[in-house]
Amino acid sequence: MKRRTGKADLQQAPVTFAKGVDERFQASTPLRALLNKVFPDHWSFLLGEIALFSFIILLLTGVFLTLFFDPSMSETAYEGAYPALRGTEMSQAYASSLHLSFEVRGGLFMRQMHHWAALLFMASIVVHMLRIFFTGAYRKPREANWVIGMALFLLGFLAGFTGYSLPDDGLSGTGLRIASAIMLSIPVVGTWISASIFGGEFPGHLIIGRFYIAHVLLIPGGLLALISVHLGLVFKQKHTQWPGPMRTNTNVVGERMFPRYALKQGGFFMAVFGTVALLAGLFQINPIWLFGPYRASEVSSASQPDWYVMFMDGLVRLMPNWQIYIGDYSLPPLFWPAVVGLGFFTTAPMAWPWLEARKTGDKRIHNLLERPRDNPERVGIGSMAVTFFIWATISGGNDVIADKFHISLNAMTWAGRIGLIVLPALAYFIAVRVCLGLQQHDREVLAHGVETGIIRRLPNGQFVEVHQPLGPVDEHGHPVPIEYGGWVVPKKMNRVGALAPAVKGFFFPVEKPSEAPVSPGMPPVSGDTREEITSGRK
Amino acid sequence: MTTLHHDAPDAPEPVDVDDPRLSRFDVVKEGLRRDEIEIITYESQFQGNNSKAEKRVVRNIALLFILAGVAAFAFLGFYIFWPWRFELGHTLSDYYTPLLGISLGIALFAVGFAILAWAKKLLPHEVSIQARHDGASPTDEQKITGQTMLFVGDELNQGVQRRPLLKGAIGFGLAPIGLVAAAPLIGGLIENPHKAEHPDLFTTGFSPAKNGGNLVRLTRDDGTPIRPEDVSTGGQMTVFPGIPHGATNEYADSPTLLIHLRADDAEETRNNADADRRNAGSMWGNYVAYSKICTHAGCPASLYEQQTNRLLCPCHQSQFLITRNAQPIFGPATRRLPMLPLGVDEEGYFVATSDYKDTVGPDFWERP
Repeated sequence: MKRRTGKADLQQAPVTFAKGVDERFQASTPLRALLNKVFPDHWSFLLGEIALFSFIILLLTGVFLTLFFDPSMSETAYEGAYPALRGTEMSQAYASSLHLSFEVRGGLFMRQMHHWAALLFMASIVVHMLRIFFTGAYRKPREANWVIGMALFLLGFLAGFTGYSLPDDGLSGTGLRIASAIMLSIPVVGTWISASIFGGEFPGHLIIGRFYIAHVLLIPGGLLALISVHLGLVFKQKHTQWPGPMRTNTNVVGERMFPRYALKQGGFFMAVFGTVALLAGLFQINPIWLFGPYRASEVSSASQPDWYVMFMDGLVRLMPNWQIYIGDYSLPPLFWPAVVGLGFFTTAPMAWPWLEARKTGDKRIHNLLERPRDNPERVGIGSMAVTFFIWATISGGNDVIADKFHISLNAMTWAGRIGLIVLPALAYFIAVRVCLGLQQHDREVLAHGVETGIIRRLPNGQFVEVHQPLGPVDEHGHPVPIEYGGWVVPKKMNRVGALAPAVKGFFFPVEKPSEAPVSPGMPPVSGDTREEITSGRK
Repeated sequence: MTTLHHDAPDAPEPVDVDDPRLSRFDVVKEGLRRDEIEIITYESQFQGNNSKAEKRVVRNIALLFILAGVAAFAFLGFYIFWPWRFELGHTLSDYYTPLLGISLGIALFAVGFAILAWAKKLLPHEVSIQARHDGASPTDEQKITGQTMLFVGDELNQGVQRRPLLKGAIGFGLAPIGLVAAAPLIGGLIENPHKAEHPDLFTTGFSPAKNGGNLVRLTRDDGTPIRPEDVSTGGQMTVFPGIPHGATNEYADSPTLLIHLRADDAEETRNNADADRRNAGSMWGNYVAYSKICTHAGCPASLYEQQTNRLLCPCHQSQFLITRNAQPIFGPATRRLPMLPLGVDEEGYFVATSDYKDTVGPDFWERP
């Protein structure tokens, strides 16, 4: 065998390898495009990342949990480490969940991490969605990603529900019971659907096994596929950006993906992971051993689902008892909030981008975001939806509120019913007014300048406040009105560099000019002062 | 390479990357040019080399990384050596999960912030502009692809149009194949809820049919039967059918609330019950038994308010008035709780004289 010699070969090895890869996959050009891809930066663009990172944590912890969980409903007498339940008849699923919590090293920690990550996943999806909505990021060409996002919420909802049904404790059994009732309420086929899913009458012996495979394979598979498409589309269509200096509808202003942007993402992932770890360690969640095994005859008050299901529970609580009879058949009121309501609120918003485009007749491509205040009607409608959702969610815990604040439960229910109709309308009105007010103030500052706080007394005795114009002035010293650019208008003197900057640094004040007013995080650059770019290394 | 669209008048010229005079960054910039990226600023965030500020930042980042290492070791230490087995009472094992959380949280946060600080402070600050290409493909491309698809369609279509036999055969052949794919996947799941002679939807464990035709006793959850004197006046008890597995989830619709009413309430309840066709004669003395399964969503309606004789379901707050045939008086439930006909057998134990006469549990379409 020929012996290779010399250092040169070793140094040459990565090059040889890279060349080999390129010969086979023609990777050079796409790889360079990836390394160079420019991403715009703004804190609100990181909300979706939280969802992505939570999903990764969910996969990691979830796989661990499956190694110990036994999705079986066969009855067994508990003989584990938790004394209060010893000798109790329970399902294998519940017993193995207790085993995981008490007799597996770090098992409880992993379980709580999984649950907290799930809550964070759903929360970040919702907040991310609000960001998308209120800034108009869903407009053409990104309608498909809006639809996929809604589908992701629905899938996450199902993943959460199947997940907390698995331990088969008292609380999850109650949730399953309600799910079965919801299926039963569907007209004509309700009993067939329930019987088919539960494999006979509730609860049967199959549901945990079926939910298990849905929870660990089918739904995560769907989530993974949709998330991949979601990210792929963001990548292909390039991220939206806020308006600002140099930013146009046909460019992306930001920084290249590597190294800085990617590194920041990595650090952010660690921070999200750390948050979940802290939550999981310090805040107990779903203490299944306190609920006991599921018994059809037992329930405690204050049985609330996870937060993202509470809006539906709230709607179910608020629904008046209107039953519809059609001949010998009946349509229970549960059908409206639980089946129609959930279906409507998770699918109807999918049509929003097209509805809006149709109404405004706007078929252009939008890569620049809109500040919420610049589209009062959208903000109004969004505020309606948010108010409705929050109010329904609060009503999902109305028994707890009634108990803690000594309010009559019936009064809470009526307040919920009335509020659900009145408050969204009120929210619309207030939101629109607030937007218009903010718009007006922006225009005012652009026209007259920033209030300086300096009061001048004129010779005739009149007092006026001195305004600092933001742009040039005419021959009388009055500011020439400036066009609104769709981005933050500086409204304080220190925002235009008049005052000393706020002290930065905790121990060591750093003397530094204040942030550029027009675009936080980016120093202002005017087109005519560009200099030769160097590598940045001195 | 595709043609470049550069609006900027000072768009850089292509360079020869094999030119030995070029620095590595010059080559990178050629790549940026080809990717239609223009770097506006790319500069160190510090004044001069080794400035005080830079040293401080480097020190802080190093500290964060070291803190991460320490916390990670702490996590491993806690994980391995801290007593973790559950013990009753206040023991060290109570702190196992919090310690894991705190140490892992600190470790991850420290790593995260170290990386963030590194990226944000040490790496040069950058503003780049990349061109976007939105909108449709060139019209000729659109046309070619469209024609290609139509051509494919024509090929398939003409084949069918010219050969009518194929048309029928394909229709006849493919539809069942589709069904074949669906049938085994879904078919096995379908259960007929009405297939049994006495479908579970309409019967509970109190049906004599479940007990070999004999009347079913009311029992506690341990299976022991109940005498009238076991329930104190004004008291209530959850009872189950006295059949094998009667108290388990196999008979999830069977849990029943047995209430011993005070005399005046009992009087009122009896009057109301006797005025009702189906509940008439179902009480025994001052005792009445209602299904515990809420007619709304199936939770146990288990909160009994003795003073007002109301039953409250804790899930969605439906309220039922016991003295009036358990009619719903508040909340989303529309249907009253079914009443179990009570009797006492020759040994003095409570029995159900028949199954529930109304359907138990949440409502559905074909409920009689």
